[in-house]
Amino acid sequence: MEKKKNAGRSEKIMKICFYIIITIFALSCLFPFLLMVTSSFMSEKEIVSEGYKLIPDTVSLSAYKFLFRNFTNLFNAYRVTIFIAVTGTVFGLFFMSMAGYVLCRKDFRYRNQISFFIYFTTLFSGGLIPTYMLYVNGLGLKDSIWSMVLPSLMSPWSIFLMKNFMKSIPDSLYESANIDGANDFRIYWQIYMPLAKASLATIGLFQILGYWNEWYNAMLYIQTPAKFPLQYFLQRIVSQANIQLLIQQGLTINTGDLPSESIKMATAVIATGPIVLLYPFVQKYFVSGLTIGAVKG
Amino acid sequence: MKRIKLHLENFVHEVKKKYILFLMVLPVLIYFFIFAYIPMPGAYIAFVDYNIGKGIFGSAFVGLKNFEFLFRTGDLLRITKNTILYNLVFLILGNAFQIIFAVMISEVGNKWFKKISQSIILLPYFISMVIVGFFSYNLFNYDYGFINTILAGLGFPKHEFYSDQGIWKYIIVFFKIWSGTGYGMIIYLASIAGIEQDIYEAASLDGASPMQKIRYITFPMLKPTMILLILFGLGGILKGSFDLFYNLIGTNSVLYPQTDVIDTFVFRSLVGQFNFSQGAAVGFYQSVFGLVLVLTVNAIVKKIEPDSALF
Repeated sequence: MEKKKNAGRSEKIMKICFYIIITIFALSCLFPFLLMVTSSFMSEKEIVSEGYKLIPDTVSLSAYKFLFRNFTNLFNAYRVTIFIAVTGTVFGLFFMSMAGYVLCRKDFRYRNQISFFIYFTTLFSGGLIPTYMLYVNGLGLKDSIWSMVLPSLMSPWSIFLMKNFMKSIPDSLYESANIDGANDFRIYWQIYMPLAKASLATIGLFQILGYWNEWYNAMLYIQTPAKFPLQYFLQRIVSQANIQLLIQQGLTINTGDLPSESIKMATAVIATGPIVLLYPFVQKYFVSGLTIGAVKG
Repeated sequence: MKRIKLHLENFVHEVKKKYILFLMVLPVLIYFFIFAYIPMPGAYIAFVDYNIGKGIFGSAFVGLKNFEFLFRTGDLLRITKNTILYNLVFLILGNAFQIIFAVMISEVGNKWFKKISQSIILLPYFISMVIVGFFSYNLFNYDYGFINTILAGLGFPKHEFYSDQGIWKYIIVFFKIWSGTGYGMIIYLASIAGIEQDIYEAASLDGASPMQKIRYITFPMLKPTMILLILFGLGGILKGSFDLFYNLIGTNSVLYPQTDVIDTFVFRSLVGQFNFSQGAAVGFYQSVFGLVLVLTVNAIVKKIEPDSALF
């Protein structure tokens, strides 16, 4: 009896510890976001004299006011990001789902060879430098917006995920449509695609996220500031203290007078905002994608 | 000869019969051919003394000289060591965090708390490393950084993080764990959810304490998943995390001895120094050893768990 009571108490203590540890870790996950937001609302004077704070003495909107007045370049970076995200996701999903359909068709004789052809690219690659030379010298994509769309247009992982989703659609649907005389493209478009909506959403969201966070290819290939996507734009601002990037050409502003430290954080807030706001609604698709993709079978 | 002809006839026949299917898979084939296969022979640049005017295949062949040079200067050894050590720490510490938090979250009873904490811990996974660079600036900047605000507030002298060689390895590991725990945790949570409840009930009847249930049921049941994740992680031990390193360290060369990895080295040889042949030599070395590692790991996995092998 005594033992059981003890066990009950130790269980309680253990659970309380778990609650506390999880809470601390979750807060540490949120902390940088909070600090970034509060920093963006600080007045420049306070930052310069005391540094970034979690709870500022005075709340100032000057950084956001500045961004609002100089929104052209930031807006432009947004536009580039949205363009590459939409194009890359739409075309990527279309091509990859078609390939997924073909690869799941058992009567397609070369499906194993094609799967291997795709899969091999994950095992061995020419490396960064030959790839760079292909883009720049071979395809002439230096400073082209397509140099940000093409590198992550398709991935073997997504193609195989697509194929596995399509495999779970019963063959009888294909057979009856085939008997009715529908060709393969029609069967894919009118029967398989509507049934694969959930998987399209999952893979599509991963594509969008990848493009939203794109900065790497921009750093390699893009030279004109007007073509910078959002994340690269941000990176330039923080790594090279480049507040000037925000200011439209032709305008003269004495950058010494700007609230540049809070502007940096406010820009990051505006760039991260959409992801954090949309996150609760799309989270479940991400989670299903992660669990399916990570543990096979 | 005859057999090849037969194959070809078969192929032509198949294409004629199923041309729509071939057309549908064609974009993917063209894509991977151009963007993945064409650069492969370009790795030959690692064996020449690259001259822009003459092109890759026109430049003078120098054999292994590029590799020799990198080996002699100690660069190759240093970046290999850094890459492997960082990845080992990421892998071991990362998995430990992921398992511990998955187990703890599965144990707490409150559904609402479970959901919210899981969402919050996963959030950093969706943030680009550029933003992590902002966080790091926000926290560690000498003049205005949050940590220095606190230090100054407490009367301590400010710390110059961006020239402190010793501290960045911890910061890098911290941000890696920070951004990766949620992702791995979800995978482990999924495999915890797959454990049969009967086992726990039987253990309770036998008087097992909650700690004992974790120790003797949950952990052993997670072992296969963990071994697989770690093994596949080992397969990729020579690459990855360029965005983390670049956004935290950038071009701060004071910190290179501790923080330079293969990917950042190759990147610099391309962008800063225009030393294509040496960069490609390192890239080639990385690809080849990476391939060997993956094949080895896959052979091991095939032995212990044939179903999970990649091929």
